[in-house]
Amino acid sequence: MIMIFGIPGPLLFGQLLLGLINGAFYAMLSLGLAVIFGMLNIINFAHGALFMMGAFVAWILLDALGIGYFPSLILAPLIVGAFGVVLERTIISRLYKLDHLYGLLLTFGLSLVIEGLFRNAYGSSGLPYRIPDILQGATNLGFMYMPNYRGWVVLAALVVCFSTWAIIEKTSLGATLRAATENAPLVQAFGVNVPRVVTLTYGAGVALAAFAGVLAAPIYSVNPNMGSNFINTVFAVVVIGGMGSILGSIVTGFGLGVIEGLTKVFYPQASATVVFLVMIIVLLARPRGLFGKAA
Amino acid sequence: MFGFSRPQWIAFLVMVALIVVSPFVLYPVFLMRVLCAALFACAFNLMLGYVGLLSFGHAAFFGMGSYVTAWTMKFWHLDAFFAMALGGLTGAALGLVLGYLAIRRSGIYFAMITLALAQMVYFFCLEAPFTGGEDGIQQVPRGHLFGFIDLSNDMTMYWVVAAVFLGGFLMIHRIIHSPFGQVLKGIRENEPRATSLGYRTDDYKLIAFVLSCGLSGLAGGTKALVFGIATLTDVHYSTSGEVVLTTLLGGLGTVFGPAMGALIVMSMENYLAQAGAWVTVIQGGIFMLCVLAFRRGVIGEIANWRKLTL
Repeated sequence: MIMIFGIPGPLLFGQLLLGLINGAFYAMLSLGLAVIFGMLNIINFAHGALFMMGAFVAWILLDALGIGYFPSLILAPLIVGAFGVVLERTIISRLYKLDHLYGLLLTFGLSLVIEGLFRNAYGSSGLPYRIPDILQGATNLGFMYMPNYRGWVVLAALVVCFSTWAIIEKTSLGATLRAATENAPLVQAFGVNVPRVVTLTYGAGVALAAFAGVLAAPIYSVNPNMGSNFINTVFAVVVIGGMGSILGSIVTGFGLGVIEGLTKVFYPQASATVVFLVMIIVLLARPRGLFGKAA
Repeated sequence: MFGFSRPQWIAFLVMVALIVVSPFVLYPVFLMRVLCAALFACAFNLMLGYVGLLSFGHAAFFGMGSYVTAWTMKFWHLDAFFAMALGGLTGAALGLVLGYLAIRRSGIYFAMITLALAQMVYFFCLEAPFTGGEDGIQQVPRGHLFGFIDLSNDMTMYWVVAAVFLGGFLMIHRIIHSPFGQVLKGIRENEPRATSLGYRTDDYKLIAFVLSCGLSGLAGGTKALVFGIATLTDVHYSTSGEVVLTTLLGGLGTVFGPAMGALIVMSMENYLAQAGAWVTVIQGGIFMLCVLAFRRGVIGEIANWRKLTL
């Protein structure tokens, strides 16, 4: 058996993989938060609840309609994204003229409502979601056995994160989006329907959270608290990375997941708090965040 | 003497009269719960209402105050006075450390940082041996105040809690209406201007934060003494959310709003207890309603209607 720093290789790599998976969720969620914040200037506290909703929609699709994992991976984000569009149009859009804090408070209330409703309907014990047959089993990588599903999650998250980055940074749609973030009235004067762009941005950010939720469903049991367990850590990730850069969110998310995984190997007691410790160090050394723009 | 205006004097006397009369009508333990929540909300309001910084992590200070008071009462058999004071000091000390980190950012980031730091405190309490983990610290004796006042009687305890609340309330009111409080409001309205006038705004914010956290710790300690228990719920972020709701519902930046909010929120929890998980849904719904249509809160609406400052 390979030993690295006195730690058995498979244990180290196993925790690293777990860290990468957590990091994949941090990256997808903080990316969505950053995209929404850029356009709407609100922190979407309901992001965790919508992540959880994505997982539940996938579970319900399978349970009630027999729709499997892969179609759900497309359908659930569409459904939750549509829900997000309705939310933005009916409720959130009323707050744009107010202080940013009201957006945070409103979406916090929203997350209480969504989580409470799911808790009433499904209890809080958690529902199992089966890994699809094609991703069952594990692959021998030589230095460790990698469960196929976990590899798939990391891969899918990477693809989605970098597609989002490419859309925002490399396409004309993304250019419009970035321009509207900088100066909405001017973009509107050029004939772009900015309110619609804002609505669709919220929908897309929410769909991203739901996509992460479907990916998470077979790993963590589907339960109403799965979002709030994640979201507090994701906020720390956002503070560490700063919300200025898309690529920054992705790198920070994955990086912190890995740090968390390594901490589990070397000093397990601190694994729950290490992300927050990193946040404290970043606040002391570089308050605007690793990739944040100067205020 | 405390900078009350005439309408505020009237409102204050009404509040004191209610505090004096209500234990003869309502269950004192419920009223003590309201008073602890009211002190907590008043302390929170000092930050959000007068400095304009939304802390989403006030449960950390409330909960640590609660743990320290419970621990020192149960294992050191301290006098109730010192146990509660230690609860407050713990809140203030923790506030100094976390506040020093958090005030480096403002606005939305301040909220996220305080939330994350409080979550760290929560995980610490979950793991640390002295908190009793999931069980919490139970069967905390109420003990004696100043060595001779036996607090095991609910009515005696009630008067002590009422005194603590009124003391904290008047202290906050005094702070707000002092020159220091005027500077805080100046910072809230226009921070660059306050800086250009030569004020070290970070110092002012930090002092306000420490005061707010100290009083939150005192509220937590008092609560632990009343109910004889300190648990993870006290440090959980739902408690942070609840105090935001309390303040918002009662009236942000008003003197009497947080107390009114505490009365409403605690009554709701008390009388809706059988509704179980629906309580969260209702709370969330009220939260959204407040933000969308009722941003002044109950006291704020009354004040606006009567053209008063309450």
